[in-house]
Amino acid sequence: MSTMNLTVHVWRQKDARSPGKMVPYKVSGVSEHASFLEMLDVLNEQLIDKGEEPIAFDHDCREGICGMCSLMIDGRPHGGQAGTTTCQLHMRKFKNGDEIYVEPWRAAAFPVLRDLCVDRTAFEKVQQAGGFVTANVGSAPDANSVPIAKEAADRAFEAAACIGCGACVAACPNGSAMLYVAAKLTHLHMLPQGQPERLHRAQAMVNAMDAAGFGNCSNHYECEAACPKDISRDTIALMNRDFTKGTFAHRPRDTKGDGAG
Amino acid sequence: MSWFSSYVRSSIGAKQVMAATGLAMVLFAIVHMLGHLGMFSGQDAYNAYAHFLQTLGGPKWIARGGLLAVFVVHVASAMRLVARNRAARPVAYAVYKPVRSTLMSRTMAMTGLVLLAFIIYHLLHFTLGMVQPEFFHKLDQAGRYDAYSMFVRGFQNVGIFASYLVAILLLSLHLGHGASSWLQSLGLRHPKYSPKLDKLGPAISLILFLGYMAPPTAVLLGLIKLPGA
Repeated sequence: MSTMNLTVHVWRQKDARSPGKMVPYKVSGVSEHASFLEMLDVLNEQLIDKGEEPIAFDHDCREGICGMCSLMIDGRPHGGQAGTTTCQLHMRKFKNGDEIYVEPWRAAAFPVLRDLCVDRTAFEKVQQAGGFVTANVGSAPDANSVPIAKEAADRAFEAAACIGCGACVAACPNGSAMLYVAAKLTHLHMLPQGQPERLHRAQAMVNAMDAAGFGNCSNHYECEAACPKDISRDTIALMNRDFTKGTFAHRPRDTKGDGAG
Repeated sequence: MSWFSSYVRSSIGAKQVMAATGLAMVLFAIVHMLGHLGMFSGQDAYNAYAHFLQTLGGPKWIARGGLLAVFVVHVASAMRLVARNRAARPVAYAVYKPVRSTLMSRTMAMTGLVLLAFIIYHLLHFTLGMVQPEFFHKLDQAGRYDAYSMFVRGFQNVGIFASYLVAILLLSLHLGHGASSWLQSLGLRHPKYSPKLDKLGPAISLILFLGYMAPPTAVLLGLIKLPGA
């Protein structure tokens, strides 16, 4: 098994209030079969042995589906391999002696907590603003009792593959979250269950996105290229349509009355 | 805040304002280019066209006012968006490698600012006559304002030709992104049409570049001459 020696430049930042800087580290004996996160594990072991503070980075399932791992690697989110999260990126993609730059996601809405960890609560706030459907309580309805066209189900599923990692925000020159928000909207808007609150949802989630301090879309499409789940910019077009329709045609809810509930 | 002002302040609303005003200016740019291709029809036809536009009266001022409003909204909205986008990424990456965006899309603010300066210069040149006042407000044999000769004298000057060449190049770069980007901003995207429509921006850019540069180039090469020369 061939191993490699690398120089890894890592953003070190003590906490949210402290300034940070890039620090170069030598890491030796990295297996080509290791994932990128395992390489950082090896580096952390070496740092601990030397009595230094290990590097903080986010990770959870290491199976490419949880959305925790982030990392801007050599200027691309998740290292730039198509359809791949950082945990699924393998060291065989690098060469012995490589210099690798590792940075946290950079966005005002994603403040750095420590080293490579950022706070992605802004995504949760967008989700809480409308990323749900209202369903009746009681026993679960029969499966497949509502007919859904195969094409619609496929598009909903493709959008629902979003793991909320934030690579789209990290890749966007404007720090815009439009691909994330559009994926969440498309996921619900392709399905009958998403229709009743559709226009209200598009308004609410876009407003929450704006309030969180994300940038605007300039149609660069870096998000689409960076998405580890290959979510298409078509979702953004759908969001733009729904938002427009909601703006010009939606009758806002009467928030003054008590309703019938 | 009314629903409309919150719409234009929202991220998507602001994009759509850019798209709509940009589209209006693209349409103007196409008509403006077609008008100037009239230079190839000779002094009489070109001056007749200029005379027609100048004697429109009310509609002319409505069009000018509308264009100015569209232009001001486009520029002001762009400046606000750029400021917000910069604020959304307060710390730059040490290493950042764009892969999908184009040089055209990443330089929109820069090309836009240069075009703003150019358009002011262009108005000073041909509308207000302050760049070459010696050629301005001459009349032709029919007693009309001699726009044809002013055009020819302007572009016989290599410096002026070069400045227009640079400006039209930047306009083409700006529209290479902008003239197809508006479709996405307005949500007009469909697998049936989008692969073709994505080429709209580069196509419009190329047509405008060739159309705008053809008459000045013909002047510089001596193919379009002053009457009697």
